[in-house]
Amino acid sequence: MEVGLEHFLVIGALLFGIGLLLSLSKRNLIGVLMGIELMFNGANVTLVAFARFLEGAEALAGQVLVVFAITIAAAEAAVALAIAMALYRRRQTVDVDRADILRG
Amino acid sequence: MTGVGEVAAFWILATITVGSAVVVALVRDLVRAVVALVGSFLGVAGLFILLSAEFLAVVQVLIYAGAISILMVFAIALTPRSARDNAETAMRWLALALALAMVGLLIAVATVTEWGPQAKEGFQETASAIGEALLNRYVLPFEVASVLLLAAMLGAVVMVRED
Repeated sequence: MEVGLEHFLVIGALLFGIGLLLSLSKRNLIGVLMGIELMFNGANVTLVAFARFLEGAEALAGQVLVVFAITIAAAEAAVALAIAMALYRRRQTVDVDRADILRG
Repeated sequence: MTGVGEVAAFWILATITVGSAVVVALVRDLVRAVVALVGSFLGVAGLFILLSAEFLAVVQVLIYAGAISILMVFAIALTPRSARDNAETAMRWLALALALAMVGLLIAVATVTEWGPQAKEGFQETASAIGEALLNRYVLPFEVASVLLLAAMLGAVVMVRED
């Protein structure tokens, strides 16, 4: 049995789908953030798989893009958790359903 | 990839990665969810090594399995015990339908498309080439990323500061 590009793309798709489900369905802000991180991981697996398997493609470009994606994911996690802390301090909750301060 | 070791490693890592992600979706306790999430991140790091991206595997362990999960544990510990429940909203079935449709579409595209000839060579060392590329061709995004990190750090500090 040979493992090719499609196998890694399916893994990336599954990770992305589970992350999408988490970020859409979870009530807790930190649970939503976990879903977003899983979606990042699925996209990264897809990028690295293309960089490894496609001939003629610039192999390094895919990996460098993932380096920047991980950098931005780290910044995003720090800001999102700061938002969670600020929300908890103001509303005594991290429930995204009750975070309706901006509702008109 | 045709070697027995590589194929076995792929299936084991794929099981760990996707299985841990499913556990994250199923458990109700947030601390347990973070532990399962670390398992998924480590599985992805193993997949990166299979894909000749050993530098990214190390970065994945350092940033995702290390920094981001510890940050999440801190956020969980700083919110009250009652907020540890990882329950779903009323829209869970709609979310499940949307996620299933998305996965179906992505898998269909991945399997139906003719991707053309695939590179066959085994593991190739790429870390030094990435280092050179980051400081030559990609030096502008490299510097912009440092500005972005500074802005994110300042923003996080300002947001959690006591008023």
